[in-house]
This record gives sequence, structure tokens and C-alpha cells, in this order.
Amino acid sequence: MNDKKWIVLGLLIFMALFLSPFLYNVVTGAKAAPMPEVVLTEKAKAAKQCVMPTEFMRTEHMQLLDEWRLKVVRSGLRDFTNTEGKTFNMSLSNTCMDCHSNKADFCDRCHNYASVKPYCWDCHIDNPQGETK
Amino acid sequence: MNKFYLSSLLAVFVLALIAWVGGPSAPWLFGIVLPYLAVILFVYGVARRVMGWSRSAVPFAIPTTGGQQRSMPWIKQNKIDNPSTHLGVFIRMALEILTFRSLFRNTRMKMTHEGRFSYNLEIFLWLGAIAFHYAFLTTLVRHMRFFLEPVPLCIQAIEAVDSFFRFEISYDAIQFGLPGVYISGIVLLAAVVYLFLRRLFIAKVRYISLAQDYFPLFLIMGIAFTGILMRYFTKVDIAAIKELTMSLVTFKALSFKVPQGIGPLFYVHLAFVSTLLIYFPFSKLMHMGGVFLSPTRNLAANTREVRHVNPWNYPVKVHTYEAYENEFRDKMVEAGLPVDKMPEESAEEEKE
Ligand code: HEC
Ligand code: HEC
Ligand code: HEC
Repeated sequence: MNDKKWIVLGLLIFMALFLSPFLYNVVTGAKAAPMPEVVLTEKAKAAKQCVMPTEFMRTEHMQLLDEWRLKVVRSGLRDFTNTEGKTFNMSLSNTCMDCHSNKADFCDRCHNYASVKPYCWDCHIDNPQGETK
Repeated sequence: MNKFYLSSLLAVFVLALIAWVGGPSAPWLFGIVLPYLAVILFVYGVARRVMGWSRSAVPFAIPTTGGQQRSMPWIKQNKIDNPSTHLGVFIRMALEILTFRSLFRNTRMKMTHEGRFSYNLEIFLWLGAIAFHYAFLTTLVRHMRFFLEPVPLCIQAIEAVDSFFRFEISYDAIQFGLPGVYISGIVLLAAVVYLFLRRLFIAKVRYISLAQDYFPLFLIMGIAFTGILMRYFTKVDIAAIKELTMSLVTFKALSFKVPQGIGPLFYVHLAFVSTLLIYFPFSKLMHMGGVFLSPTRNLAANTREVRHVNPWNYPVKVHTYEAYENEFRDKMVEAGLPVDKMPEESAEEEKE
């Protein structure tokens, strides 16, 4: 009784699965896929600064939004003052999406890259002024 | 206190510390060299171990059975627990590997207060194990989002299912639930903690637990814990990390440039995963491959129908009685010993 050929076959299948990310990218000739450039609107460019420092925004914007939601919906507060003393209206559509009215080229681009799908847009509109993107 | 789990815990802590300090100061080492090294050692180690197994023999057919063997046509055979065909064996193996059936049958012997033994079903180990393994698998598959660009639909579907339950805790003091909670990560951590506590608090299990049992548990605990920490609490730059992981799988990382802004916690996570990969082939975690080769499960219980020949049997040189008698017949007859076959008649006549 010799099952060596089956064992080798199983091992090869396992290795192919384990190395599949490498194999897939090599076979399809994928590029290194750097993070896509996010596009800033004219309005955002003029403002120069986000509501918080860029590093903070990049990693914690969802938690900031959550905090805003909590303050508005539960406590009825609407003003947010950032570390530099600037005040913003705590609103997803009216503040974030006012500066970043190009959702497809800003939020979505990065989210597609990281494979996240915020459900916020089920209710909130992404382009309150209806500006051209 | 027990030196086995303390030493394992210490090892994991030291590892975390090294990665925490070393990661940000030598990102090329912890972000590129270590993961590549880990993958190479894992592939080499697993292949070597399995090929070693493939060379060892199965001297006896020792399937364990949990039901009626195939016998008379009017006796109902248990075709899965006591399979006599390849299909039956396949089903038994599939159930074993996918549902851990023999663990499910785990019993614990207890003395009742009337002083009699009883065997009780002991389901919690199975429950912990199945939760652990499937959560681990889901987590692993989910992580493919870091290695494929664009992210395939099937991976997105798994993420969607995994984050189906929305836990959101929103208070001034604590904010949790955005980004959406992946249930597999929580289950993984809970299950591995249970598997550890089980070793710690059940005296009989503690007695047979060694460092090699605790170390992988702590390591996996560390992986799950740092992962959860990064996702929900001390955030890291996901986009920068994906840039790194994509460059790893496309071999562009061989330029040894690591994107800026990756937090130290990510290096701890990565160092834990790399250590697990390196440790894997040399440890009992190889039961991942071994389960496929368990002879009590993967042999058909047809020992009465088919003779199992040990492949290690070499042709033995034998000297049969017949050959022996042929050699010594004359002498035997002379000595008056009985023989099977009388010598030629001429010889007989001489005697008479
Ligand atoms: C006043 C206009 C303005 C508002 C309002 C605003 N942003 Fe920004 N945002 C910017 C600018 C300008 C940048 C680019 C900063 C830079 O490049 O350093 C930016 C950067 C960001 C980034 C980082 C992008 C990168 O390059 O990685 C994120 C994420 C972000 N914003 C999210 C938000 C969210 C979420 C809100 C609502 C809470 C919001 N922004 C509100 C102007 C704004
Ligand atoms: C079920 C529909 C629904 C969904 C989904 C939803 N919201 Fe809201 N949100 C509301 C409603 C209703 C309000 C209250 C609006 C008000 O009082 O001005 C609100 C208010 C808010 C506010 C403060 C007020 C404002 O104008 O924005 C924030 C911030 C917010 N939501 C963020 C989010 C985020 C982030 C998500 C996704 C993670 C989200 N919401 C998903 C319905 C929704
Ligand atoms: C620099 C890249 C980047 C940009 C730009 C960006 N996001 Fe995000 N966002 C992320 C990442 C990454 C996550 C997931 C974090 C994680 O997995 O830990 C996320 C998660 C979220 C979530 C939580 C989703 C969930 O359910 O898990 C919300 C809400 C969100 N982003 C809103 C926005 C909005 C609104 C904008 C545009 C104004 C935006 N983001 C722009 C990277 C980005």
C-alpha cells in the first residue's frame, strides 16, 4: 500500500492555496498597487486643513464621525471645536461632504482600496449642494 | 504558578516588546525580511514534515470503528462509521476534518455519588475547538483583502457576512462599533482564551499541559488581541499597511522600502504572525496536515475482506521443511527418523 502520490497531491494543493496571494498577483502581473491618490476638491484645497490633522483623519475619521453622531443625536450639541480652536457643524453631509463633495474620488477610492463599505449612505446624502463632482 | 505557561507568556511578551521597539526603527527588517523568512520557512518546514510522513509505512490496518461492520446482507452496516468503501472513508474523513467528529464524541468519566462510574458527554472542548478553528479560517480568508487589489467579490461577501451583526456602543467614555465589528475576530479571541483557561483550571488537563501547549495559545491570543486593538481602539493607517502587504505579495518589497506611518502595534501583530508561521512546522500545530493521515480514520474497515500488507515487509529467506527433508532424507532414514516422503525404492529395497 503506497499513498505517496496522494500525499504529494494534497501537499501541492495546500501549498497552492497558501501561496495563492503570491501566485495570483504574479500570474495576473499585478502592480504593487500603491494607495490610490485621493482627490481634493477646490473647496478643500482652499481650506488646506481637515477638521483634524491629516494623520488623525486618515486613521480615526470613522470614530470622529461616531462621536459626532453621538453628540448630535443623543445630546443635541452641534458645534465641534478642533484643537486649533476652529468650530465646525457636526454633520456628515453638511460638513464632511461639503468639503469632500467628490465622494467617488475621495472617500470611495480609499474605501474600495481597503474594502470597507460604510452603510451611512443608506440615509445620508453625499452631495448636499448637488455640486458637480 | 506553573513554569510552562509562565515561560510561554514571557516568550510572547518579549517578542511583542522586540517588535514594538524594533518595528519602527528597522521597518525593513520587521516589515519585509521577517515575513518573507516566515513564509519560506513555513513552506519548507511543512513540505519536509509531510514528505517525511509520506515515507513512513502503515504496518497494520487499524481503523477504529463506531458501528456495525459490513458482514451478512441482512445485518445493517454503518456505512460511515465503519466504512468498507472509498466513498465511505471519504465521508468519514470529511466529517472528521470539517466537524471534528471524534472530538464531539469526547466523554468524561465520573464517579456518581452511589459510587458507580458513568461516562458523560463532554461537549465544551468540541465547542471551543470548532469555534476557534472556523473563526480562525474566516479571519484568515478575510485578510485576503490586504493581498488582492482589486478585492474580489467573494472576499467582500465574506466580510459582509462577518460584519452582519452590528454592535455599536456609543457613550462619551467608550466608542466602539465603527469600523463595523467582525464577529470572527471576537469569537477567535474568546475561543482561544477558553482553550487556555481550560488548560489552566481543569487539573487533569493542566497536568498534561506543557509549554508547547501554552505557547501557540498565547501567540494566537496575541495575534487576535493586537488585531482587535488595531481595528477598534488604537487605530493604524490601513491604507499604508495595504501598500506594504501588496508590495510583499507582488515582490516589489524587495526594494526594502516600507511606507511611512505604520504604527508599532502593526509590527507586533506581524511579528506574532511570522513567529506562528515559523513555529508551525516544528510543532504540534502540524495536526493540520496530520489529521488527513490518521490511519484510524482514513483506512477502510475491511480487514476481513482485504489483506493489508505492511509495505515494510521485505522478502524473508525461508528454509521450508520440505527443503530440509530433501536435504537430509537419507541421513534421517538411517537414523530411523520418520520422513514424509520415502526415498527411492532402490534404497527401500536395500534396507529390506
Ligand atoms: C474645511 C474642509 C474640510 C472638511 C469640513 C473636512 N475635510 Fe477632510 N480634508 C480636508 C483637506 C484639505 C484634507 C487634506 C489634508 C492634507 O492633505 O494634509 C482632508 C483630508 C482628509 C482625510 C485624509 C485623506 C488622506 O490624504 O489620506 C480624510 C480621511 C478626511 N479628510 C475625512 C474627512 C471627514 C470624515 C470629514 C468630516 C468629519 C472631513 N474630512 C471634513 C478638508 C476638509
Ligand atoms: C437609518 C438611517 C441612518 C444611517 C444608516 C446612518 N445615519 Fe446618521 N443620522 C441619521 C439621522 C436620522 C440623523 C439625525 C439628523 C439630525 O438630527 O440632524 C443622523 C445624524 C447623524 C450625524 C449628525 C448630524 C448630521 O447632520 O450629520 C452624524 C455625524 C451621523 N449621523 C453619522 C452617521 C454615520 C457616520 C453613519 C454610518 C456609519 C450614519 N450616520 C448612518 C440616520 C442615519
Ligand atoms: C485615507 C483613506 C480613507 C479616506 C480618504 C476615507 N476613508 Fe473612511 N475608512 C478608511 C478605512 C481604512 C476604514 C476602515 C478602518 C478599519 O478597517 O479599521 C474606513 C472606515 C470608514 C467608516 C466606517 C465604516 C464601517 O462600517 O466599517 C466610515 C463611516 C468612513 N470611513 C467614512 C468616510 C468618509 C465619509 C470619508 C470621506 C469624507 C472617508 N471615510 C474617507 C479609509 C479612508
